Amino acid sequence: MIRVVIAELRKLRRPSLLLGTIATVGGLSALFTSIVFLMINSESGNSKRGERVGPEELSQALGLVYGFKLVGVFLGIVALCIFASQTAQEYSLGTLRNLLVRQPSRMKILAGKFIAMKLFALVMVVFAGVLSIGISFALAGRAKVDTTLWRSSAAMHILFESTLNIFIATLCFGAFGMILGLLLRSPISAIAVGVLWNLILENILAALINSTAKWLPGINFSNIGEGGNPLLSYKHSLAVSGAYLLVSGALAAIFFKRRDVAN
Amino acid sequence: MNKAAIPAISASDLTKIYGERAALSHGSFEVPAGSICGFVGPNGSGKTTTIRMLLGLITPSGGTATVLGESISHPEKYLPKVGAMIEGPAFYPALSGRENLKVLAELGGFPLSRVDELLAKVDLLDRGGSKFKTYSLGMKQRLGIAAALLPNPELLILDEPTNGLDPSGIQEVRGIIRDLADSGTTVFVSSHILSELEMICEYLVMLREGKVIFAGKTQELLSAQKPMIIAIPEYDVDLANLAAKINEIGFQVAVVNGSLHIAAPKEASAEINRKAFDAGITLASISIVQPSLEETFFEMTGDNK
Repeated sequence: MIRVVIAELRKLRRPSLLLGTIATVGGLSALFTSIVFLMINSESGNSKRGERVGPEELSQALGLVYGFKLVGVFLGIVALCIFASQTAQEYSLGTLRNLLVRQPSRMKILAGKFIAMKLFALVMVVFAGVLSIGISFALAGRAKVDTTLWRSSAAMHILFESTLNIFIATLCFGAFGMILGLLLRSPISAIAVGVLWNLILENILAALINSTAKWLPGINFSNIGEGGNPLLSYKHSLAVSGAYLLVSGALAAIFFKRRDVAN
Repeated sequence: MNKAAIPAISASDLTKIYGERAALSHGSFEVPAGSICGFVGPNGSGKTTTIRMLLGLITPSGGTATVLGESISHPEKYLPKVGAMIEGPAFYPALSGRENLKVLAELGGFPLSRVDELLAKVDLLDRGGSKFKTYSLGMKQRLGIAAALLPNPELLILDEPTNGLDPSGIQEVRGIIRDLADSGTTVFVSSHILSELEMICEYLVMLREGKVIFAGKTQELLSAQKPMIIAIPEYDVDLANLAAKINEIGFQVAVVNGSLHIAAPKEASAEINRKAFDAGITLASISIVQPSLEETFFEMTGDNK
């Protein structure tokens, strides 16, 4: 399987994809983190859904990762698009037949692909984190945010925990994209369905019927990235997300293993 | 068992059904090891479906087959020794030709040093660093052939390898196929250029509407076909008269471009000559022609469009 991972990484590190992703992730990370600090006194808010976060709150240990956590859900959407397109394009380009002739074990192809994309997602999350934290330190003085607690061991613990949670959430979104790619076999369809569902349909559904929010995959993936909230516990989101991915992943894997490669 | 005694490909009643349509119905044939075998049939006759089943990409609805002595239900046992290009070259457009080959070399566990060797073999070394999407159709096709050669295969399966190639490219591919066959590789090649196949293939498998209508030596197929006598009268005005005279002795005649194509055994040529002489017609030439593979193909498949 290691051969599949190495071959996949060669595809993933092509400049157009790697640099494009780094630029997107970097741009998002810089944008969200900058908004938190540069709009700290803005009446229209400096956090999600127009909330205001002041210097006192940002001066806590959690302030170190505040911007990074805001960008988490968007890292997930980027991962969803990459995982979906990298999987579905094997069908649309007809390259799957080449892969299967050189590696007939379909499960090894699938697992190797996922591992390689996990590594790619890890690079993406770490880059976004480093950039966000760097920007946070750079803009803290201007926003009159005290960074003393950002250097404490508690802040390091929060940083590690947040990175892990954002990474898990990014993988959940990515796996969701990969499953869509396997089932729909078209990069455009897989990305469109994935993005539309997570960014629009789930929010409409949750707004119309509040009780559904607890059970929708995208909301639970995002909640993992945020480390849970008072309305939706981290453990619940982890369990619901795991269940979704386990069932849909198993179905997609069965389809992939048994389906004829006829294109 | 002697390795050469095991056919490179052996199919028995191999069947693939999609809905109510049989893409391949009870296909049985053998491809002897070390041979070059042509795989011909009109579009939609089941060639690509058969190749896909042999490569483990689709599951047969019935029947069995072996490749290099291993059942096609275990493609992992024989695919490391098989090179294939199916339905044209498919690669990642944003990667260079070289990077595309490296992906496949890494996947198959082949040394990366093979990549430049093969790029040189298919005359793509200079353009190996260019993105695949910038390649011409002929270059794409050559890259596909290079990818198929990565494992130094015992069996090479090529589906329309000369599509998009210019005459010199076709000649190069023919040379590559012959070199491989000389070194003991079995080549199973489908092509629409039947004159090419006639030149290089010792064996043929012919399909029509999902059925194998011939599997055997090319020479056996061609020699089993009735030869044709072609008579050309000195003057075109005599064509109709001569055709009528030949009809009288019971042979079918067609007028084609100023000549008469007569479906008759070669022994009949003397009698035809005599009939023409009796009718006061001088023949400019009379010859016996063995049908080409193309003519035989059209006759057997009814695909003379």
